Formats: sequence, structure tokens, C-alpha cells
Amino acid sequence: MSSRNEPKVGSVEEARRKYWRANIRIIVWSLLVWALVSFGFGILLRPLLKGIEVGGTDLGFWFAQQGSILVFIVLIFNYAYQMNKLDRKYDLDEQ
Amino acid sequence: MDQYVINLLFVGASFALYVGIAIWARAGSTAEFYAASRGVHPIVNGAATAADWMSAASFISMAGLIAFVGYDNSSYLMGWTGGYVLLAMLLAPYLRKFGKFTVPEFIGERFYSPTARMVGVLCLIVASITYVIGQMTGVGVAFSRFLEVSNTTGLLIGAAVVFFYAVLGGMKGVTYTQVAQYIVLILAFTIPAVFISLQLTGNPVPPLGLFSEHTASGQPLLARLNDVITDLGFDKYTAHGGNTLNMVLFTLSLMIGTAGLPHVIIRFFTVPKVSDARLSAGWALVFIALLYLTAPAVGAMARLNITDLMWPNGTDGQAVQIETIQTSPKYDWMKTWQETNLLGFEDKNGDGRIQYYNDQNPRMQEIAAQNGWEGNELTKFNRDILVLANPEIANLPGWVIGLVAAGGLAAALSTAAGLLLAISGAVSHDLVRGAIAPNISEKGELLSARVAMAASIVVATYLGLNPPGFAAETVALAFGIAAASIFPVLMMGIFTKRVNNRGAVAGMLSGLIFTLVYVFMHKGWFFIPDTNQFPDTVAGSLFGLKSTAIGAVGALVNFVVAFTVSKATADTPQEIKDLVDSVRSPRGAAAAQADH
Repeated sequence: MSSRNEPKVGSVEEARRKYWRANIRIIVWSLLVWALVSFGFGILLRPLLKGIEVGGTDLGFWFAQQGSILVFIVLIFNYAYQMNKLDRKYDLDEQ
Repeated sequence: MDQYVINLLFVGASFALYVGIAIWARAGSTAEFYAASRGVHPIVNGAATAADWMSAASFISMAGLIAFVGYDNSSYLMGWTGGYVLLAMLLAPYLRKFGKFTVPEFIGERFYSPTARMVGVLCLIVASITYVIGQMTGVGVAFSRFLEVSNTTGLLIGAAVVFFYAVLGGMKGVTYTQVAQYIVLILAFTIPAVFISLQLTGNPVPPLGLFSEHTASGQPLLARLNDVITDLGFDKYTAHGGNTLNMVLFTLSLMIGTAGLPHVIIRFFTVPKVSDARLSAGWALVFIALLYLTAPAVGAMARLNITDLMWPNGTDGQAVQIETIQTSPKYDWMKTWQETNLLGFEDKNGDGRIQYYNDQNPRMQEIAAQNGWEGNELTKFNRDILVLANPEIANLPGWVIGLVAAGGLAAALSTAAGLLLAISGAVSHDLVRGAIAPNISEKGELLSARVAMAASIVVATYLGLNPPGFAAETVALAFGIAAASIFPVLMMGIFTKRVNNRGAVAGMLSGLIFTLVYVFMHKGWFFIPDTNQFPDTVAGSLFGLKSTAIGAVGALVNFVVAFTVSKATADTPQEIKDLVDSVRSPRGAAAAQADH
């Protein structure tokens, strides 16, 4: 099936299982950041950040109205990049 | 040139462009009608998804809701963008690998049950129609202003345009048209914002202007805004005044609803590869963020401008004179919007001035008694008019106003078309071909798709005459429904093999019914006014949750019921487990496509 010169990672089933576990790991980390910047900094942890001033208000307000959106974009492109690497590593990318 | 003529020119020219593209790229086959032959580049698809996504709610309504509430409505900003992270990681790549046309088709095959597919159709239709009602509200506001007719007439004209437009093309026509619509709507949203940001702060980038110094006062803009509105008895703009649990659940409902809305999900069926589906979600969010980073600036700056216009001598001076409103061109917008019945002012105490303040605030009531005011005299300010009126409020040139008109309509039309396509796909492909008449011809399937579109518009227009809330609020209810019914079942279908046919059906039904009943009990049954059992406020509602926040709870109900029922019934068969394995791996996506 594989015509590449990459290290063998065992059977196809084995590769798929490892691939999926790695995928879940990336998702869990990404979603932790996702929740931290929006529900965390933007809402629940805002009182803790009120000492940090940003343009007439505090950092929590900035996260709620801008910061979280910018972080979301970075998260998705990072995920796409990581998954492309993973697809190739386990030889499961589209041909 | 008269403003009315300028508006007509801009709206007319942009419509001619969309219709031209739709005819040029008309769908020939059913495959093209639903999925544009899967030949769409991720960036193109991202722009089209952004246009599809940003509706009247985002364009016309959201900045107004933020302007008049402040920080607490940040939920809209985080919720409607954060959902893309879920979409990119939890759904889009796997559904693209699965390689079918519609969301119910996936549900039907993964849960090996025609019943599950039909329940999926039901969930999709309920969520989408609620969404279209919100669009119709926005279309009504936009048309009533630019054609200078009443709100109801505006709504009916809008419905006719949406019908003509959506029936014309399928996904292929819609995809390229939506790219054009994205360009029109983003220009229309950002250009006035740049002007206003320059006027107020000297910074040409609105998201930076929001956190810059207000030139006239030398204070930071947000500090200035807080000062003037608290002077009038309103809550601080940047303060958290509402209920925290409601804010968290509302944000979460919008996020998972985003990932569960069928018209957004089907966009990811149109990209060539699984890796493109992930990238597409990223590009879509980039295009969406251009508007979402600008909207809070628009809201705050418009609120400041309105307050300054009502109190031209400062909040401790005299209020604006009626004579000034009648004669000064700076106040023309108040007269024109008054004609739509969406804005109202009345000199209650007959002093020849319009006092705008919070007459519920005890401190203001004392001040009012001293000064002989008899209540707030800016009696009506519909939140949905703020963005459309914004360039007039800031006294911008006529062509900017015309551009905003075209942009608002582009936003509403593109989303309405995308939703109608999702509804018609579910009806013709899943209901008619999938269950009622499996041997129907391609032509018959396309015809039933168009009949379904027409029926949906009629229902949505009828309910749009008495909408359950401002455009963005109605749309938020649609998200709650999608969050509670569609998202959980799709996610479980991919991330666990254990959830079976019975679990999925029970989960979807309980999530949908729970959420819908809760919404109806607070918003009126079938959104008919005054048939609700509880007021839709934090204090008065059944569980202390407003109707917009209940979707997240509905999703939890869906997950719990699906797992419990699955545990108690037979395990999923081996071939379904193999299907899940295949969906999880990108290899072979081209083959999945070639099946069609």
C-alpha cells in the first residue's frame, strides 16, 4: 500500500489506532485552550484579570470581544498543520 | 442625487451581479445542485462559507445588541466564532471523508436506521426554519428602510426576492454568488466603521480604535462611553451586569449550534479533500473574523455617537431641541427611521427637547423630578436598525449609506439561500428519494427541492411578521435547537462506536423536544406571541435560564439519553464499526467521492 520511504509503523489497523489517539490528543489540548480564552479569560476568570488594563477597560473584556476570536483562528490553522503532518506520518493521507 | 436613488442603484447593481453569477453557474445535475461537484478551493469555499454564515443576524443585528447591552452580549462574538473550532476538529474532516450530500444521510447510514435519518430531517427543518424567520426579520428591516415602506411591506418584498433568488441556482450557483456577496458585505460593514473610527479616535482600524483614545475628550474611548452612559443612568458598557451561568450557557449554545447547523456543515462536503475541509474552516473563520472584530467597535462607537447627538451640550447640559431634529441635516436619520416605526421619540413634558435617559434608574428619577422630565423621550430604538442607520448617524456620504444597504441585503440573502438549500436537500434527497419515492427521477427530485424551498419561505415569512425577538435573538434560538439535536448525534457518530440506532433516535428526539418545549414555553408556542407560560427573563424562567441559553442543556440531555439507551440495547454491528474507522482516516476520500 505504501510506496514511501518512511519508517514502518506496524499494521494498517495499528497505524489507524495510533493516528486516532494522536488526533484526540491534539483535539483535547486545542479545546482546553479554546475554553480557557473564551469561558475562562472572557467570562469566568475576568475578575482575576481586572488589574491588567487595556485601552480604558481590562484584559478580560478584550478577550471576550477580540482576543478569543484571534486565538480561535490560530487553533484551527495549527490543527490543520498538525493533522497534515500526522496524516503523512501514519501514511493515511489522501493520494 | 437623492439618497433613495443612490440606495436603489447600489442594491440594484449588487443584485444584478448575484443573479448574473447564479445564471452563469447554474446547476445542471443533482450532484451540482447539492455539492458543486466538490471542485471548490478552500479559500473560495471559506469566503462562501463566511457569506453563508454571516447573516442578517451578524450584519444587521449583532452590533446593535452589543451597543445597547455592552460586555454581556460578547456571547455573540465568542459563540459565533468559537463554533468553528469545534467544526474544524470534531465534524468537518470526517463528514467530508464520509462523502455524501446531506447531514441526515450521514445520520441514516452511521446509525443504520431510516428512522434516524427521518428524525435528522425533522431536526434540520425545525432549526433551519427558525433561522430563516430571523433572516426574514432582518430583510424586513432593511427593505422597509431602503424602499421607504412599512416593515410589513418590506418583509413581503424581501420574501419574494429570496424566493426568486434561492430557487434559481443550487449549491454551484450559490457558492460563486456567495463569494461576491461576501465581498459586498464585508466592504459595506468595514468602510463606514473605518470612517467612524477615524472621526472618533483618529485610528483607521476599527478594532484598534475601540481600545484607543477618544480624540474629543482625551479619555480612552471605552472609558468615555462608560462615563456618558452612566451619567444617563444606564449600566457601565464594559461591566458584567447579567447572570454568569446564562452567559456561559448561551455562549456554549451558540458554539455547538454553529457546529450543528446543516447549512454550514454541507459547505464542507464541497471541498476536494479531507485536509481541505480543515483548512476551509480556518479560512472561513478568517473571513468571518474581519466582521466580528469590527462589530464590537461599531457597537461602542455608535452608542457614543447616539448619546452625543441626543445630548449635544454634554450629559450635564441641555438635551437636543426638537427644532434641531426637524431642521438639522445631522438628525435626518431620526426622521427617516421614524417612518419605519422602528424608531420613536416624543416630547412627553412639552419642553421642546428630547431627554434620553434610563427612566428605570432611581437616581435618574430624582434628577428627572428636579428638571421636570416625564420619562425617557427617545421612546423606541429597535436594535436591528443600528448598523443600517450607523452611517447616517455619523453623517457619512450618501454612497456609504447605499453600500450598507446592499451589504445588509447580501448578508440576509446569502444565508437565507444557503438555509433553503439545506432544507430542500433534506426534503427532496432524504425524505422523498430516501423514503417516499426511491425511484424518483433526477428532475422530480429537483422539483421537490424547489417546492420545499417555496413552502419554507411562506412559513418563515408568516412567522416573521411577528418575530419572537430581534433578528439575532431569533437566530440564537435556531442555534440552540441545532445544538441540542444535530451536533451531539454527529459527534457521537464519529467519536464513539458504541452509540447505536436506538440511542441516536432517542437522543435526537429528547434533545429536540426538551429544547423546543422550553423555548416555546418562554417565547410563545410556535412563536405565536402571548402564548408563553413563563417570562423570558433570568428571574422568571422555569430553570432560571433564558430561552437562548437552553440549547447547551438540551445537548447534554441528548448525549446522556443516547448513551443510556445505547448501553441498554444491542451493540452496533461490525460493518458500522468499520464505517466509523474509515470515516476517521483521510485515506480513500477520493474513492468516497467517486461513488456518486
